[in-house]
Amino acid sequence: MDFIIIFQAGVATGTVLLFATIGELLTERSGVLNLGVEGMMLIGAMTGFSVTVATGNPWLGLLAAMLFAGLVSQIHALITITLHADQVVSGLALTFLGTGISLVLGEGLSKAGTVALLPSFSVPLLSQIPILGPVFFTRQSILVYIGYFLVPVTWYFINRTRPGLHLRAVGEYPAAADALGINVHGMRYLYVFIGGMLAGLAGATISLAVAPGWFSELTTAGQGWIAVGLVIFAQWDPVRAAVGSYAFGALRRLILDIQGPTVLFGFANPFYYNPYWGFFLQMLPYAFTVIVLVIGSREAIRKRLGSPAALGNTYIRGERGL
Amino acid sequence: MADEQSSYENVVEMRGIVKRFPGVLASDHVDFSLRRGEIHALLGENGAGKSTLMNILAGLYRQDSGSISVNGRPVTFSSPRDAIKAGIGMVHQHFMLVPSQTVTENVLLGLDDPRFLMRLSEYDKKVAELGEQFGLRVDPRAKVWQLSVGEQQRVEILKMLYRGAQVLIMDEPTAVLAPQEIEDLFETLRSMTLQGKSIIFISHKLNEVASIADRITVLRRGQMTAGGVSAVGVSTQELARLMVGRAVVFHLDKSPASPGEVVLDVKDVYAENDKGLPALRGLSLNVRKGEIVGVAGVAGNGQRELSQVIGGLRKCAKGEVRLKGELVSNRSALYGIQRGLAYVPEDRTHVGSAPNLSVTDNVIMKKYRQAPISHSGLLDMNQATRFAKGLKEAYDIIVPTVETPVRLLSGGNLQRVILAREISGEPDFMVAVQPTRGLDVGAIEGVHRLLLTQREAGSGVLLISEELDELLWLSDRIYVIYEGRIMGEIQLGGGDASQETVDVIGQMMTGTPLENIRMERDA
Amino acid sequence: MTETTSPKTRRGGFRLQLEPRLSEPSRWFPAAVSLGAIFVALVLGGIVIAFAGGDPFRSYAHIARASFGSLGVISDTIVKATPIILTALACSVAFRMKLWNIGAEGQFIMGAFGASAIVLTPILPAETPRWLFVPVMMLAGMLGGALWGFIPGYLKAKFNVNEIISSLMLNYIAIAWINYWIFGVWSEGGFQMSAKFPDNAWLPRLLDYAESIPAFRGLTTHAGLLIGILAAFVVWLVIYRSRWGYEIRLIGDNPRAANYAGINIARNVIFVMMLSGALAGLGGMSEVTGVVHRLQTSPIAAGYGFTGIIVAWLAKLHPAVVILVSILFGALLLAGREIQPSGVPKMIQGIILVSLIASDFLLRYRVRLIRTEVEG
Repeated sequence: MDFIIIFQAGVATGTVLLFATIGELLTERSGVLNLGVEGMMLIGAMTGFSVTVATGNPWLGLLAAMLFAGLVSQIHALITITLHADQVVSGLALTFLGTGISLVLGEGLSKAGTVALLPSFSVPLLSQIPILGPVFFTRQSILVYIGYFLVPVTWYFINRTRPGLHLRAVGEYPAAADALGINVHGMRYLYVFIGGMLAGLAGATISLAVAPGWFSELTTAGQGWIAVGLVIFAQWDPVRAAVGSYAFGALRRLILDIQGPTVLFGFANPFYYNPYWGFFLQMLPYAFTVIVLVIGSREAIRKRLGSPAALGNTYIRGERGL
Repeated sequence: MADEQSSYENVVEMRGIVKRFPGVLASDHVDFSLRRGEIHALLGENGAGKSTLMNILAGLYRQDSGSISVNGRPVTFSSPRDAIKAGIGMVHQHFMLVPSQTVTENVLLGLDDPRFLMRLSEYDKKVAELGEQFGLRVDPRAKVWQLSVGEQQRVEILKMLYRGAQVLIMDEPTAVLAPQEIEDLFETLRSMTLQGKSIIFISHKLNEVASIADRITVLRRGQMTAGGVSAVGVSTQELARLMVGRAVVFHLDKSPASPGEVVLDVKDVYAENDKGLPALRGLSLNVRKGEIVGVAGVAGNGQRELSQVIGGLRKCAKGEVRLKGELVSNRSALYGIQRGLAYVPEDRTHVGSAPNLSVTDNVIMKKYRQAPISHSGLLDMNQATRFAKGLKEAYDIIVPTVETPVRLLSGGNLQRVILAREISGEPDFMVAVQPTRGLDVGAIEGVHRLLLTQREAGSGVLLISEELDELLWLSDRIYVIYEGRIMGEIQLGGGDASQETVDVIGQMMTGTPLENIRMERDA
Repeated sequence: MTETTSPKTRRGGFRLQLEPRLSEPSRWFPAAVSLGAIFVALVLGGIVIAFAGGDPFRSYAHIARASFGSLGVISDTIVKATPIILTALACSVAFRMKLWNIGAEGQFIMGAFGASAIVLTPILPAETPRWLFVPVMMLAGMLGGALWGFIPGYLKAKFNVNEIISSLMLNYIAIAWINYWIFGVWSEGGFQMSAKFPDNAWLPRLLDYAESIPAFRGLTTHAGLLIGILAAFVVWLVIYRSRWGYEIRLIGDNPRAANYAGINIARNVIFVMMLSGALAGLGGMSEVTGVVHRLQTSPIAAGYGFTGIIVAWLAKLHPAVVILVSILFGALLLAGREIQPSGVPKMIQGIILVSLIASDFLLRYRVRLIRTEVEG
């Protein structure tokens, strides 16, 4: 087993989670909880793949995936922001809706075969760095590199720019933002849209780069939910979100590869000789998500950190409180 | 009623403002004008429509009809941003500050400059300079949650001045301040008028209005009962009549106290608040049967935590609370309930009741575990309904049926439901926190009557309130709380409290212990 | 004071205004709104079907015919509805406490596993009489589900872990878990299923009595329906007529008030999640012993837990209404099997849920078009 290759592939797999997690993080920072990430990712994966099949242009596929998923996210925005419905229930509904729509529109797509994929390349010089070079900068999809940019940009945006300041205010104390003329509802629509687009991008990253193709619900296999969990683990911080995403990507990859070799660390590989133990390996990402949630929640209790104070609350002007 | 002719001397001119809310006419053809450089008080009880009128001027609400002009030019505000652009800024009663952000960040919120990237140090300096100019000192780099209430208020004012506000609307600015802090604020406000600012001062406190305002407008139930009268030569009695609509009797009949044995004994209690900071630091007090004991203090000095420790909702790190000699602290809320502890919490809607459940469900909250309502794990709903109907009659709760969800009740009626529930257990002791906050005069009187009845019936009442007047009327003794400690205890005789007593309490509320005050006086 | 205006819709002296309702709407109004929402959902679903190249009218007509067209298909519809009744009841008790258990799917699977373990381990020998077999399997099913509900409940109570995500993750773990047993331990001749259960481990079906009542010939409705109806009654009794139910409703409406009333919220979180899990587990037991008669992944992990969420919401968490709505959804699932594209039932469920939630605001707000007086 070559760990360099596992981590290299893990970074690519982790990029999927990264996009979805950063998107949900931005949405939640504005005070809206959108549990529909899984549904929007499926929409993105399906749209990205089917548009690429139809046009032969993966960039068009990517764009369409982001737009369609963003559009679907606006249903959640409408229901929770304008119609004041519960964000949890609406997010669940969005998952169902996204799954259903992508299954209906993706009918027959699984037989479409191969399509043109997004380009992969190595970065000169950087790829020469020992260990880090091959893991992060060798033969990665362009989307992976976009992911590297997204993390610091998001951090900087949230903490050091005027719109970022407004975003934090809207998520912490919308009434204060409103009183100063910040359009709270408009901002929330926008960040739900951005979250939706990034979820769509995450889905398209699967179907156009990491694991090309359309395999109905198995395309995402719960990664949207893992992303929601990672946001909590990340304490709404993009850098921690990146660490969590890549670690999960590596784990997913490790699970696939660990069953291959007959010898593991000098011992007979138990997963090779008992192939059914593979089912326990399959549980790991999900079990880890729960463990990561426990860690994140304990830390939050200990440090008295919290989610954005207005997360999950509808803002109605004139109603007191957050 | 009508004000003098409109002229440019008037910075703000509101005419015939009408605003309807579902079921309420909150503003009924109200006129209001503000002159340059004056402090104009807007006086009225809770719910009289003061905040509504000013929220319209601040662009938060839009009037159903009527016109507003600023500096002689008609304006329509569709958002607070428009109002701020026109030079009108409002300092809300509940501060509109983001706790996790710094002072400067809060000041910059919603502005177009900086355009995108923020170099905060530059702006920190600007904010500090502005604070210097108006005597509003506060550290620009401090996070808002680290600031005292008074400092937060300064940030709010700074926010508006930074935006170039010419008109400042102050919504009940003194409610959260101690008497000395109020003096500081008044000084700041006066100095601001000298620099050309105009101030609207919303209040329901007559004395304050009389001492700070140049002119006064009085509202009652959405209607104007006095428009811009001069503050000179108007008596507080007259203002009170304009505000309430009848001469207010401030005295309730109260028999002399006949206190019995101690029912509640709080000894040397230490506890933390929700943020993990110390809230109670060695607090001791006691309540005897047949007396009302008041706890006075500025909001946020540990009152809430004190009531929660007594009610079993908060652990204390040290010390103990005994109810009729039995240790109740650090047990559970249930432990106290089972021993007849009655508790009227500060927050009626978020703690004291379940808004979407029926009146019946709300009144059995502390009785559903016992017969006759409970039988071997099942509830006898007939008994519960009968109980609720009984309380509805006995406590004059105005509600169509006992099946109505309590969210549809008015504040006064909801408080009756809660008091009825607590009192119906015939408790020996009751703790009541801010029981009259946000109620209208009639409802307040009703609550006061119920508290006095409890005292008459021989039960001990601990009344925690931020309304000093209320405490002075009702209490037999008053403790003053400051930063989680008791600064001193004042015994009240019958009749009115002397001005001297009020002064002493005021000094204690800002942190001077009673001994020090006495020593100083003796010296 | 609460008020909301929608500034964008202001034009020409009119504006739309949302006003919170100050009194309860009449009794028929919520039902009418729900029906309206379903109608809108069907129209929207039809548009998507047409967009995907299907014929919406034929699809819907097919659903109606294939689910209520004859006694036989009505029986099949009820068979489909039975697991939904139990998962929807499971969701409704948890939702009542605003505990978002979306792990009914995993709890259902673990219930099926628990019941199967009795036969396949075997804990009871194959010749055990039915009167013993069935109750023991019911207990095992409830235990499996309750255990799967306990985990997120405990994590929520102890560490404040978001139950939505933890319960959902456990769904995936449950699938991998039964896959291990089906493939690795109980596989029948290498196939992806266990051996068939002995007849006395089956729930009785109507067709078992066809000899004495000929009309029952071919009807597969099984005793799971009775279990479901009984469970609905028990849930009603618990929620509306018991001390525990009162605590659940109080916590659900206002946890801070419940805390103030001396109710132990953490303990209730765990117990309610276990009750919820036990109900879903019972559903899994009923499906495996009433329909599938063996442990097999695809018919057990078929999404009944998720449908239960929608049904619970549509029924406004009321147990009696749950039964009715479950039958409608049973019909949708039954007929949906043959509709192309195959994702249609899932999509329609999603659209129904979305329009239902969206319509909810009509119950809370009054929408008024008001004329504004001309200004200045």
